[in-house]
Formats: sequence, C-alpha cells, structure tokens
Amino acid sequence: MPEPLLEVRHLRVEFPTRRGKLVALDDISFDIAPGEILGVVGESGAGKSLTGASIIGLLDPPGRVADGEIRFAGRRIDNLPYEEMRKVRGRSIGAIFQDPLTSLDPLYTIGRQLVETIQTHLPMSAADARRRAVKLLQETGIPAAEERLDQYPHQFSGGMRQRVVIALALAGEPKLIVADEPTTALDVSIQAQIIALLKRLCKEHGAAVMLVTHDMGVIAETCDRVAVMYAGRIVEIGPVAAVIHAPAHPYTAGLMGSIPAMDEDRARLLQIDGAMPRLNAIPRGCAFNPRCPQVFGRCLVDRPDLLPAGATRAACWLHAERDVKAAA
Amino acid sequence: MTRPLVEVVGLAKTFDVSAPWLNRIAERKPRQFVHAVDDVGFRIERGKTLALVGESGCGKSTVARLLVGLYAPTRGRVVFDGIDAAGPGGSRPDAIRRRMQMIFQDPYASLNPRWKVLDIVAEPLREHGFGGEGAASGSSSAGAKERVIERVGALLSSVGLAPADAEKFPHQFSGGQRQRISIARALATEPEFLVCDEPTSALDVSVQAQVLNIMKDLQTSRGLTYLFISHNLAVVRHVSDEVGVMYLGRIVELAPKATLFAQPRHPYTRMLLDAIPDIHMSGRSRTPVQGEVPNPLNPPSGCAFNPRCPHANERCRTERPKLLEMQGTRVACHAVEEGRI
Repeated sequence: MPEPLLEVRHLRVEFPTRRGKLVALDDISFDIAPGEILGVVGESGAGKSLTGASIIGLLDPPGRVADGEIRFAGRRIDNLPYEEMRKVRGRSIGAIFQDPLTSLDPLYTIGRQLVETIQTHLPMSAADARRRAVKLLQETGIPAAEERLDQYPHQFSGGMRQRVVIALALAGEPKLIVADEPTTALDVSIQAQIIALLKRLCKEHGAAVMLVTHDMGVIAETCDRVAVMYAGRIVEIGPVAAVIHAPAHPYTAGLMGSIPAMDEDRARLLQIDGAMPRLNAIPRGCAFNPRCPQVFGRCLVDRPDLLPAGATRAACWLHAERDVKAAA
Repeated sequence: MTRPLVEVVGLAKTFDVSAPWLNRIAERKPRQFVHAVDDVGFRIERGKTLALVGESGCGKSTVARLLVGLYAPTRGRVVFDGIDAAGPGGSRPDAIRRRMQMIFQDPYASLNPRWKVLDIVAEPLREHGFGGEGAASGSSSAGAKERVIERVGALLSSVGLAPADAEKFPHQFSGGQRQRISIARALATEPEFLVCDEPTSALDVSVQAQVLNIMKDLQTSRGLTYLFISHNLAVVRHVSDEVGVMYLGRIVELAPKATLFAQPRHPYTRMLLDAIPDIHMSGRSRTPVQGEVPNPLNPPSGCAFNPRCPHANERCRTERPKLLEMQGTRVACHAVEEGRI
C-alpha cells in the first residue's frame, strides 16, 4: 500500500450562525493515493463541494474547520497561514471549478493568466513560461494554441474555456487536482470530451484527482473509487464497480435506482421519498432514517460509522447486524 | 388515422440580432438574423409524449415557446386539435390557451417569491374564469373564495403536496417541491397538453425521479399529452414515446423511441448516444466526439452538422438535407439517404 497523497481525518466544518452552529461536514475521513481518481457524489447540499473547498483552503467565512485534520503528503495543511496555503494551492493542489467563465479573469488574455500562474509556482523566465503555456494549451486540445494565447476568455466557447481552466490547474504541476463539477455547465457532447481529457492529462502528469460531481455516469466512467455523501457525512465509500453494482447503503441503492437507465425499460423510477434534511434539522441516529426503507430501532438512536460491507464500507447498521449474525 | 392533438407544420422563428441602426450605418455592419428554429414539423397524438433533445442553442426551448404562444412564429403553423393556434388576426384564441400550459426549467425563477402558493396556483384559475364567476370578476364572495381554496388544495394533493402548503411562500420549499407547485399551476386550467421545458434538469437525480414519476402518473390518470424538452437522453428514453433530435434549429431525426435508441440513423444522434457516460461500465466502445456546435449566426452551408460529421462529403457541404421518411424513421442526412451509412 503506497503512502496516501491526501489524508482527511475526522474533518468537521461548522458555520456559526445567530441561531447556533450549523455542522456542514461531520466526521469526514478518506484517503487519496497518488495518481488515484476519487469521485465524490451526492445531492446538492450534501457537502461535497465543501469537502473540496476545505482541502484547497477556500472555505467561505464564517465557515471553518472545527475539528479533524487534512494532510497532504504527510504535511498538515488545514491550519496553515494564508500565505503558506497560497503556495500549496496551485503548486501542490490544483483546482477546477464548475463555471469556466467565472474561473477566468475577463480582463486578461488567456496567455497572461497562464504565464502568471506558471511563474508564480515554477522558477521560469517569461519566454519559457510562454512556451510552457503554449504546450499546455496544445495538450488540452486547443487548436492554434499560439494565436489563441493572446485572446480573451470571451473569445472562447464554454468547452474551450474549460480546457483553459484545466491547463491553468495543471500549470504548477500539482500532485492533486480538486475538480468541482467540471462538466456540469457543459453540453453532453462536450462533457465527454472534457472528462476524457481530464482523465488522460492527469494520468500523463501523474496527478491524483478528487472529482466532485452529482453525475453517477461521469463517476462510473472516470473514477477508481467513489465516496457517496449524504447530509454532511460519507455514507459509503469503495471501488466504483462495487458501489454501483452492489451498493451497500440503502441511500446509494436508492440513488442508483432513481437514475433513468439507457439499457432497460422501467415504467416507474425507483424513488426515495422525501428530501435530504436541512443542516439545522438532521435527525437523531442515522441521518437517512426518515427516508430509509429498511429502517429499524437502532437507526433512530445511534449514528453509524463506516462499517465494512462487502467490497465497500457503508455507514449503515444493517451491516453491523450482519457481522453479529456471522460471528454468532 | 386519428387526428393528432398537436400538429406543427414548417415552424420557423428568426430573431433579429442586428447592431443598433446607427452602428449599422457608421460601421457598415449588415443586418444579422439568427434562425433559431427553421422548418420544424411534427405531430403528437393524444396521450403521447414527444421529446425534443439537443444541445444548448439548438432551438428546442424556442420550439416550446412557439407552441404555447410566448413567441409568434416567423413562418409555419401550430394546429391544436384541428384549430389553428394563430387564430384570426394572429392572437391565440382563449379556448386554446387554457388547453395548453407550460412547465419551466428553473423552479426558483418561475414562481413569484412574493406570492403565496395559493395565489400562484390560483392565478390561472382567475385568469381563465374557473372556480365560479366571483373569482373571475375579482369580487371576493366567500363561496367563490372557498371554491378556489378547495380546488388549489386538490391540485396540490395531486402532485404530492399537502393542501395546507397553499398558505406558504415559495422559499419554504425545496427545488423538487417548487417544481411540483409549477406542475400544479400548469394543471389548474385542466389542460390537455403540457409543454415541459427541461422540467427536471435543475433537480437532483433522486428528486428528478420523484418529479418524473408524478408526471407519468398524471399522464395516465388525466390522459395528458406532453412535449418534453430535454438535453438528457436517459430521461428522454424514460418518458417519451417519440423522440425528435434537434441540431442548429432543425430536426435531424424523428423516430419512435424504441427505434431511435436501438437504431440511431443520423450521425449526430449516434454521436449524442455515444457521449452518454456508461453507468454500468459494460465496456461499450465509444467514438470520441469531435468539435463543438457552430455559431448559429454563421451556420455552415449545406448540412449544419457537416464540419463535425465523419461521413460528410461534397454534397453534405453544399446541399441541405431534407427530413425524409426511411424505414419508420425520418432522417435528414444525405449519407443515410444514399445508403453510405
């Protein structure tokens, strides 16, 4: 087992409000190995983007890491001062956000933004940095990279902008890229191109990826492992094939069943009734218990931790029961 | 052959996007037009669902708006149950207006945040004079008001909300619940035809499943006819009976669902199907999709898809293909017509 590149341990993120603390992330623990692609999936408000933001140190105040720690290559990064974190960001951990238009500065040419990023992180002359910028743009499949370097973001289409954003994320040769919904704003045909590109480039550059998305299809095609989030916690984590084909948590099973499939016909989609609880009204015990079809006594009282469940680990008491029965 | 509920013939919509008059004079800029929808035709049988799919900018939402009368067509006709929807003098007859309603994409923008759900759902009732004369004329006789409340309660129950929710404001609901309110509002005038413009694309998958199930139940119980606009082929496959694929303002393929998904004919349809991430990881081989949608201001000559098409030849670059009937599907492609693919 190689040393993990990123270790997140018992991460807790809180937002103090007038009506008390909101716990947005609670007891999040996971690892990312070098070169691995970890998917993080969940519905809006589950805390997946917040997990990404905590790792790159871009939590919006008043949100703060209240407990736990984040280690990158063995070094603790969640409590670094702002200037120190700035050096980590871009150099060690790159970021790609959902909206390619707001990720680029409309007042500067693409070239200037790339050269600035490269020179911030790597000791290079302006001419070398420009050559590297051209090379990066070429790698991301932008035609006529040399000329396009001197154009402004508005002269690029959505798909092309996202390619520029990927080039920017790779500019400092980071070992980890946090990609937050990188294809959500794009059309399906462009989405497939960008995902393939991201996967290929990260492999070539040896970068690990944390891919935050709500699209199970993207996860299935791209990731090695996947973490499923619900109401601020990880409810299931494991290899992609296992989570998709044999989900151990009732929520994951419901989520998979609610996706219209391309290869089977169903009169009705499986639906999980109700909605994810708000942060100020998370039920006692397992947060999923009011919607769970397999709920039983213990779910209402104790909150389950991640328990081994077949090939994955799931935060569900069903699996504790099974272990007890197996042991007996 | 029975008469279709909705028939659209040669529908076109052109938007004038020219620079202001003075700029045109001073900078010698020509007038510019976007042909958002061009020569679109289809029919929808009663109780069926036609889905229109395509990427952003292909004109699918414009078709939706043309159908419900939010835009006036530049050319072509919409015939609803045998009646020309344009009506005498171009205005839409009231008798048709209340028989078709629309559900919009964004459940946050399509509900007035200052109105109670009761007023939102009751608005079409007042507008079209349902729920007694009192409501129609605006006088608030107690009996009429009660009838409206009762009716709104029934509508909310039919979409899985509680009648008591009528007293709440939109911000008290989640995205999925808001979309149900939109559906309840659309159902208020007891329409036969609903135009749904990306009704679930702003929702999470589990909530999307809830809304799609409700829409399907309502179709069965009320015999509704849907025009379903979406960019998500998996959703389209789930809801539709017939599918039209649009590219740059035109329908390039129109076929029954089973045929379209089993045997896509048009290269663009094949490309779209190939681009869907494979959730079951069956190892299906995928051809990488090339290029992007061209600028609609300056569309390619001939077939609009030719710059991205692996099968394009000289004819595709010069002559625009017509939508032709071929073995149960209608395809606008020279290569398919000539039997090259």
